[in-house]
Amino acid sequence: MSAATFPLWRQRLFGTPATAALTVVLALGIAWVAVPLIRWALIDATWSGTTRNDCTGSGACWVFIRARFGQFMYGLYPVDERWRADLTGAIFALSGLGLYLSPKATRIRLAILALIILPPLGVWLLAGGFGLRPIETREWGGLMLTLFISVYSSLIAIPLGILLALGRQSQLKVVRLISVLFIEFWRGVPIIAVIFLASLLLPLILPSGTGIDRLARAVIGLGLVIAAYMAEAVRGGLQALPSGQREAATALGLTYWKATGLIVLPQALRISLPAMTNEFIALIKNTTLVLVVSILDLLGIAQASLADPNWVGMNMEAYAFAGAIYWLICYALSRWSKRLERRKLG
Amino acid sequence: MTKMMILGAAAALAVAATSAHAQQLAPSPTLDAIKARGHLECGVHLGLPGFSFANDKGEWTGLDVDYCKALAAAVLGDATKVKFTPTSVQQRWPILQSGQVDLLSRNSTITFSRNATLGLNFQGINFYEGQTFIVRKSTNAKTAADLDGASVCVAAGSTEEKNAADWFRERNLKVTITNFQKNDDAIAAYDAGRCDAYTAGVGALAGQRAKLKVPDEHIILTQPISNDPQGPVTRYGDERWQLIVRWVLNGTIAAEALGVTSANVDEMKANSKNSEVRRLLGVEGGFGAMMGLPDDWMYKAIKQVGNYGESYERSVGMGSPLKLERGQNQLWTKGGLLFTPPFQ
Amino acid sequence: MASVLSFINDKRVRDLFYQVALVLGLVGATVWFVRNASENMVKAGIASGFDFLWRTSGIEVPFVLTGYTQQDNILALFWVGIANTMLVTVIAIALATVLGFIIGIARLSSHWLLSTIAGAYIEFVRNIPLLFFVLFWYFGVIAALPAPRASLSLFGVAFLNNRGLTIPLPDSPAPFRWALAIMLLSWLIQWLVMRWARRRKEETGRDAPVLLLGILFVLIVPALAFTWAGLAVRWDVPVLRGFNYRGGFVVIPEFVALLAALVTYTAGFIAEIVRGGIQAVPHGQSEASAALGLRPGQILRLVVIPQALRVIVPPMTNQYLNVLKNSSFGAAIAYPDIVSLFMGSALNNTGQAIEIIAMTLAVYLVIGLAVSAFMNWYNARIALVTR
Repeated sequence: MSAATFPLWRQRLFGTPATAALTVVLALGIAWVAVPLIRWALIDATWSGTTRNDCTGSGACWVFIRARFGQFMYGLYPVDERWRADLTGAIFALSGLGLYLSPKATRIRLAILALIILPPLGVWLLAGGFGLRPIETREWGGLMLTLFISVYSSLIAIPLGILLALGRQSQLKVVRLISVLFIEFWRGVPIIAVIFLASLLLPLILPSGTGIDRLARAVIGLGLVIAAYMAEAVRGGLQALPSGQREAATALGLTYWKATGLIVLPQALRISLPAMTNEFIALIKNTTLVLVVSILDLLGIAQASLADPNWVGMNMEAYAFAGAIYWLICYALSRWSKRLERRKLG
Repeated sequence: MTKMMILGAAAALAVAATSAHAQQLAPSPTLDAIKARGHLECGVHLGLPGFSFANDKGEWTGLDVDYCKALAAAVLGDATKVKFTPTSVQQRWPILQSGQVDLLSRNSTITFSRNATLGLNFQGINFYEGQTFIVRKSTNAKTAADLDGASVCVAAGSTEEKNAADWFRERNLKVTITNFQKNDDAIAAYDAGRCDAYTAGVGALAGQRAKLKVPDEHIILTQPISNDPQGPVTRYGDERWQLIVRWVLNGTIAAEALGVTSANVDEMKANSKNSEVRRLLGVEGGFGAMMGLPDDWMYKAIKQVGNYGESYERSVGMGSPLKLERGQNQLWTKGGLLFTPPFQ
Repeated sequence: MASVLSFINDKRVRDLFYQVALVLGLVGATVWFVRNASENMVKAGIASGFDFLWRTSGIEVPFVLTGYTQQDNILALFWVGIANTMLVTVIAIALATVLGFIIGIARLSSHWLLSTIAGAYIEFVRNIPLLFFVLFWYFGVIAALPAPRASLSLFGVAFLNNRGLTIPLPDSPAPFRWALAIMLLSWLIQWLVMRWARRRKEETGRDAPVLLLGILFVLIVPALAFTWAGLAVRWDVPVLRGFNYRGGFVVIPEFVALLAALVTYTAGFIAEIVRGGIQAVPHGQSEASAALGLRPGQILRLVVIPQALRVIVPPMTNQYLNVLKNSSFGAAIAYPDIVSLFMGSALNNTGQAIEIIAMTLAVYLVIGLAVSAFMNWYNARIALVTR
């Protein structure tokens, strides 16, 4: 029998003795990891009930997640006000979708409009005031807080990052030097230290009595670090752009800022979008560090819930659930980034 | 009717007294800020059952929390007008120093170097803690000296970290101390088998024991290796605010000594002949006004939160899952160490 | 008037003006921040200055490479933290590179199952926060290891349990310093031999017995040196007494867990870089090598990887710097690194936040610059290989 009559998959997996042996070893390895995992997570798991005592099986106790689901999503945000968090999320998501579907010609203008309107609107909806019940940031938590920190830090990081990237390419020596120093400083230090720094030093270096919200400090700290990483992502795009683009624009009589805003940036940002998305993924993963300043994001609330004496020993369940959510969000974003990249190449 | 009139007159007098004293009061930016924002900002422990613990609805309970509530009642007339900022061991001093909270009530031990170099004042003692160890029953350890060669988990930067290191070194015993950033991390590692013992105060251990998977397999060593008096902490400066913090604590202790409870405070206020009770509850003396507070400051605190003993019983005492004896935290008249200077 | 206008419109003048304004703004802001800070600190009565470094630390550290004891000063504690950060970083970088290369090459394997598993691993690892890995490995490692009384004994001299790996310690390090020096010297000799052999091969086409010499200089000479050192000292062999083994040196589980987390996490990123680098090498290169009769392993080693390295090294530098920064995650599991020891314990004992944070950040910046400088040097070196 010739190899050609084998179905393709058999040829690939069992074509030669060596291949076949490798296949068997790998398959055994997968079974060794996957079988206990599936048994724990699905087959032996307890799904229904209300207290710890309902969990009698040897598998996962998903009852715990059910009981705590609201907290994992919203932290201590008051139950009857949670619609506000949902609404904020929906507005941001729909605006993003709308921008994605809008015609290219108007997209930039719409995006700028959205950037002006949405962030204050989101803060108002979440924090309250002006007719809504005020809810302090110390009551925010869970996934909602993770997303809030990620989105608002990048609202600081992206504009600042673009400015820094332009500064790094600038003809002006001092501007270049300052940009390089800024970028390299923040890229050189661990984020855990930066969050700590922001939380301790911001109140010290401002005039006494200026209170800055705890959450705002973490957002500023993360925003500054990510700005440095974003700057490097944007720089990649700027460098990939043929220098003729700017030269032509200047030759047409455009000023520096007009040439930058109308010609250079739109093209450069499109090139750097995948890299910027990757930085955003890194940002989402790094929000977990806010728990060093007792802000309870998704991972923080998962850890805090473990301290409940009524639910002792739920570590695996809490971490598996929180980890799965992080993974889903980051995986979706990374697929999107890959698609952008492929379209760029194609 | 006459009673009403007397009360009304007393109230009028109190108002007059307040305004008469107003000019002589030292400025208190902290108190002004609290009144302006309408609530007290109190720094507490991240989560220590019996002392400061938030349930899944975010409601705080515990001995340290009760003190903040009493303070809010004394200052603002309402024990619910207090907001809690949970702080880790690392964050607590900077959060207080930078003015993010009005005070810390966070089972923090009073030490010389903290007092001298951190710009912090300790305003009295609300809990006499003694450091000890929790170990597995199977180790058969009875006292701390039996722990020679053991690994000990501890929260970094706490007094326990240094106490334990010093205590074993002085006795030429060798232990390995592993420092975690949070108490919860340390206890989780102990429970996972990383350490032979976890060290913290007796009170803290009683609460944290519930976080272990099988609490009955563990035993708390009874003999403490240190004295760790704990109480509310304020920043340097603003003497009037320090005065208030100190005397609200004294007031709750004095109330217990004088037999004033949340149940009988109305009756005591109306009928008590004891002049110290009358001064404490603001019937005479005008003590509140001297600090820039209403004269019924301690009345409000005791009415809404209760005296020290009540707070102790429901937080850490027999009325709580911790079931701690009063021990050193009994009144000085009953063989304990808890003492208050007189309200005179 | 016209001259004033042309003066204002002069590009050089305007550039100068902008730059001076920027500098003044930054300096002004800095001065303002510093003044606020000093005012706030004086008002709050917080001590300042670096005197605290000479105070006795009193902090027990379970994992010390520098000979520190708790009676030493806080500056000594600072060095302990740096040494521990460096140790875990260097080992993690080495292991993550190896694992990353293996997974990256497996990803490109023609074996469907192998490349799928490698792909799944990469996608899994890259999309989960590192903190999960650290906690997973930590509690996983502790759970997997036995209690001290049931320790796994390695030849009766080293013992593995959930308190760590206890290994014997020599009473004097001097012979080992000599052994280390001999090892480095013999490696240097081998390197010179290889250079000489390559040049001779290029000039005369004759092979030299490089492999045999290599075994001698890389393995046998150092092995002899260390054997001699091992016999020349007395060993402090750990013995089980009371709670745990006494004596010897303990490799703590926190170190192992942090190392495992850093390696498994970073390998996912390195694998992607390696895959990208190899794919960037034109396919014709390996086809041509195959046509010349090279075996698949040789093609990879001699043709593909050397070219891929030029694409790989710059992003790899970033990953190495990430390992350094990510080693600070050790603070979450009580690994005594610089963040945990200095920004944790020392900060709490002294309360001098500004000084301590500044010193900690400086450590990362200095080590980071050193790593960057080394990688730039290496990058320049492999770039020179092109002819």
